[in-house]
Amino acid sequence: MWRFVGYRLLQAIPVLLVVITVTFFLVRAAPGGPFSSEKAVIPEVKAALEAQYGLNLTLFQQYTSYLSDLTKGDLGPSFKYPGRSVNELIAAGFPVTAELGFYALLVALSIGGVAGIIASLRPNTAQDYIPMSAAMIGICMPSFLLGPILILVFGIYLEWLPVSGWGDIPGDKILPAVTLGSTYAAYVARLSRAGMLEVMSQDYIRTARAKGLPEWQVVTRHALRGGLIPVVAFLGPAFAGLLSGSFVVETIFQIPGLGRFYVQAAFNRDYTMILGATVFLATLIVVFNLLSDILAAWMNPRLRAQFAEQ
Amino acid sequence: MTTPVIANIIEAEQGTSLWQDAWLRLSRNRLALFGLAVLVLFILIATLTPWIAPYSYTQHDLDLGATPPSAAHWLGTDIFGRDMLTQIMYGGRISLAVGFIATAVALLIGITWGAIAGYAGGRIDAVMMRMVDIIYALPFMIFIVLLMVVFGRNMLLLFLAIGAVEWLTMARIMRSQVQSLRQQEFVEAAISLGLSPATIVRRHLIPNALGPIIVYTTLTIPSVMLLEAFLSFLGLGVQPPQTSWGLLISYGAESMEEYPWLLLYPGIAMTLTLFSLNFLGDGLRDALDVRGAKD
Repeated sequence: MWRFVGYRLLQAIPVLLVVITVTFFLVRAAPGGPFSSEKAVIPEVKAALEAQYGLNLTLFQQYTSYLSDLTKGDLGPSFKYPGRSVNELIAAGFPVTAELGFYALLVALSIGGVAGIIASLRPNTAQDYIPMSAAMIGICMPSFLLGPILILVFGIYLEWLPVSGWGDIPGDKILPAVTLGSTYAAYVARLSRAGMLEVMSQDYIRTARAKGLPEWQVVTRHALRGGLIPVVAFLGPAFAGLLSGSFVVETIFQIPGLGRFYVQAAFNRDYTMILGATVFLATLIVVFNLLSDILAAWMNPRLRAQFAEQ
Repeated sequence: MTTPVIANIIEAEQGTSLWQDAWLRLSRNRLALFGLAVLVLFILIATLTPWIAPYSYTQHDLDLGATPPSAAHWLGTDIFGRDMLTQIMYGGRISLAVGFIATAVALLIGITWGAIAGYAGGRIDAVMMRMVDIIYALPFMIFIVLLMVVFGRNMLLLFLAIGAVEWLTMARIMRSQVQSLRQQEFVEAAISLGLSPATIVRRHLIPNALGPIIVYTTLTIPSVMLLEAFLSFLGLGVQPPQTSWGLLISYGAESMEEYPWLLLYPGIAMTLTLFSLNFLGDGLRDALDVRGAKD
């Protein structure tokens, strides 16, 4: 087990370095600087600005100084919002995005998990087809279509829920969370169904039934742990998807989160903000991939044994 | 004397070939057939759009403005008085083209990479697949957004960027196929019969690896189309004067309160296409008996 953790940790380091390096040089290679929008800046002022942000150094010097700042957890100043650091902007936006992502994950796991398990108990019957068809709709209905439709139906026609905002009016968190979570609910449903179907045909389930356990105990005590491994392994990629999905959902519902900052920073050519946010998001995604892999391995006795033998 | 016998055997083999068997199974799957029919219809429409579109792409009528569906405009008009059916048909051309071309890019890179790694084995394989692992762990959506911002929003880059993301799974599938096939007895038999490597690849490896690749390709196209629509929705994908379903949905969402049909029809076109591709992919997976291609 520890070997596995160590191996995955070692793998995460080059990934992070590649992310930071590629993002840094990609952003620096962008045509048009952050100050090119302000028309006719006096050369002296421009030089002073560039010196202040370290743009007069060579590219390699900028890179190494960025890396050394990064090890101290400093993501640098924002180009677009003078006097504010990228750390502050992330600190302002990320809690909102994290909360949205958490609710969306809750929606995905509860609805998706329950639908998948129910479907797996009676395969190839209506109990299977109905939730699985709904899941297919969820996969095919992109968030940027589902969001506006939900707003139209529940916000405008029925007037049950607010159409935008975050934490201002009670209930305004429901539509964004459902919009963001629905696609993942659909994937979770399919994965848990497939996982459960596989587990239910195993010998140890037959043993549990032979012991005379009632069916619900067979499912909850024996099948779930093995059957949900694919779902746990999916949590890492799902987390990455939720973060990038928040770009769209936060734009639709006008939520002041990191995703919306990111898109705005991208349009503003706010180099340090893009760079900082990318490094931040990428690190989060790598860490979550790591955690979900370790959790899935811990739940899977076969994989544990395989690494213990080595 | 021996040649006709071999010929007979080959004929008998072809009589119950994997493909005929698969087609038989696929044709019993109504949803997959429905998907195939919708897909063929949409591709046909997209190909013929310049000739069959009810109005010209640039024709607009500002005085007319947005009107609900009518006899003259079956799907209504947008705020510039442009015919929605025409817009959706031209948008579909771009959306489908992105889906197919970017998938083709992914297919080409992935199959080559995976086949080389699987064939070479040993250290070359280890290095190549470790690279895939590392790239796999990169947060790609964020990188694509970044790429589109940094290098402007052009279509060629869009194809390359999306293709660059989707080839990884293809490479993994191809590698594991080649690797497991190489150890099969029939390949050993073919080698001992003195067939050249090229013949073995052509006659034995490619046909056997084709199933998972076809299934995965069918399932990659919808995810590529989603990616394009996602970018276009954010304003980072297809740019006016060109249009795509993602862009039309984005415009529709802006004015959905007054003109809901502007959101509804492109949404239906997109969802129906994604539905069809997914159903067809699932049907093909069952028909070709491919496990774990993508879930």
